[in-house]
Amino acid sequence: MTIHQLSIFIENKAGTLLRVLELFKEAQIQLVASTIADTVEYGIYRIICSEPSRAYQVLKDAGISVALSDVFAITLDNEPGRAADAVKVLHDAGIGITYMYSFLLGGKGILVFRTDNPELTREAIILNSLSFISEKELV
Amino acid sequence: MYLHKEETLSRPQIEALQLERLQWTVKHCMNSPFYKKRFEEAGLTPQDIRSLDDLQRIPFTTKQDLRDNYPYGLASVSMDKVVRLHSSSGTTGNPTVVLHSQRDLDEWANAVARCLHMVGLRPNDVFQNSSGYGMFTGGLGFQYGAERLGMLTVPAAAGNTKRQLKFITDFGTTALHAIPSYVTRMYEVMEEMGIDPRRDTKLRTLVIGAEPHSEEQRRRIEEMMGVKAYNSFGMSEMCGPGVAFECQEQNGLHIWEDYYIVEIIDPETLQPVPEGEVGELVLTTINREAMPLLRYRTRDLTRILPGECPCGRQHKRLDRMKGRSDDMIILKGVNIFPIQIETILMQFKELSTNYLITLQTQDSNDEMIVEVELENLFTDDYARLHSLTREITRQLKDEILVTPYVKLVPKGTLPVAEGKAVRVKDMRKTF
Ligand SMILES: [Zn+2]
Repeated sequence: MTIHQLSIFIENKAGTLLRVLELFKEAQIQLVASTIADTVEYGIYRIICSEPSRAYQVLKDAGISVALSDVFAITLDNEPGRAADAVKVLHDAGIGITYMYSFLLGGKGILVFRTDNPELTREAIILNSLSFISEKELV
Repeated sequence: MYLHKEETLSRPQIEALQLERLQWTVKHCMNSPFYKKRFEEAGLTPQDIRSLDDLQRIPFTTKQDLRDNYPYGLASVSMDKVVRLHSSSGTTGNPTVVLHSQRDLDEWANAVARCLHMVGLRPNDVFQNSSGYGMFTGGLGFQYGAERLGMLTVPAAAGNTKRQLKFITDFGTTALHAIPSYVTRMYEVMEEMGIDPRRDTKLRTLVIGAEPHSEEQRRRIEEMMGVKAYNSFGMSEMCGPGVAFECQEQNGLHIWEDYYIVEIIDPETLQPVPEGEVGELVLTTINREAMPLLRYRTRDLTRILPGECPCGRQHKRLDRMKGRSDDMIILKGVNIFPIQIETILMQFKELSTNYLITLQTQDSNDEMIVEVELENLFTDDYARLHSLTREITRQLKDEILVTPYVKLVPKGTLPVAEGKAVRVKDMRKTF
């Protein structure tokens, strides 16, 4: 239901991004999905990858400002409207979404998100039989 | 309780002693070509100094005067009585030199011994001096002072942290002198080596100084090392360490008024500030023979703490140094000291101790940008980063009265400030 995500705090410099990706390459860590959002001053680069704990250590040892945390990951059938259905479930339960992004994996859509109430989110996912993905299935 | 009877003097006794020693000093200064000329130019004679208030008739002495008269121009004794000199290199112009007779060195050692005794150190303590030796006065100054008190004194000097830690554990060091940033470094190495300062060492007293630091930084050091850390103040022009020192109350540094007369002036108008207000520290040495200094402008900013100290000593207390008058930033007509900003930043556990202040002109307005490093990425939620930024901005504004732009940056991206380095970049356009 939840998977590990790396969050990297970067200044808006292309150099940092390249450095992270090169470190991944050297350590043979596979990127599954990533997203970057930025404000005027700084950005947070969010990554789903193989071996997140090792990836975390690699980045930390390289002096990069990084955090490892859990995010929800649910799977959606590859047809229109499924994302809306899932978000409606959360909305109806009064859960606020902090951020969300999605990617395709083996013909299925994966919706990754963080909410303001993890307990309630777990409950809503189970009660509404939303299917989710575990870390093993990612790579 | 007290090492010297001078510590127990009442205010009237202190002032009587000061006047006597000031009159002696002024008369003695006429042996130096520099002061003889100064007095002639000012139309003053030593006989004009009849009360402590008359001190204000004497012109100031500045660091520039020391440079201009490098190396021996301020000697007030014949050079065959001079036994030591300390010199501090300046980034501009000549270095400065301070000369000492044997009597000066003895009195210096006494002052340092008094300071160390005041914080509870005794002959059975083992004192490790992890401070630069050579021209830097923190080395020999503490060495002779600690020996004078009768302590086993380890001249560990600075650097080679692992060796320092071996000394601490092997020699059973109970007291250590170092600059605050070096104590932090020692602790990091202790952690790497699995040494717990509380369990594995006998350290209980730290003397820190020579580098401006905030109260928060002191408390952090005390917490991590499991010790009491006392603030030391000195400067090479006034011998070195031993000028002012905290007592066990840890609330202000007693300045030894049997050695110095203290004034606090406004660095712009050169007039005394009202009691208790911040200004530039001006010191007159009254217990020194080789090279006395009259009304020396130290450039250090501080204030005299009002009220009496619970320890009973009536020697005035200086507040923690607020920085250098040269470091003062004037922004939008407000006087700001970098240490004010540092003090606020240190209160945020989310931040590292590194920061950079940049002043720049934007659309003909001068603005301050404060960049701070996030210690850890404690959240990946923008809203929480923004609220942290807002809270830092609000607290800074309350302290310095102008609103800075606060920018969070990843750890390790700002230049590491070494020693006394000031973390201010002034890029303002001057019109
Ligand atoms: Zn006291």
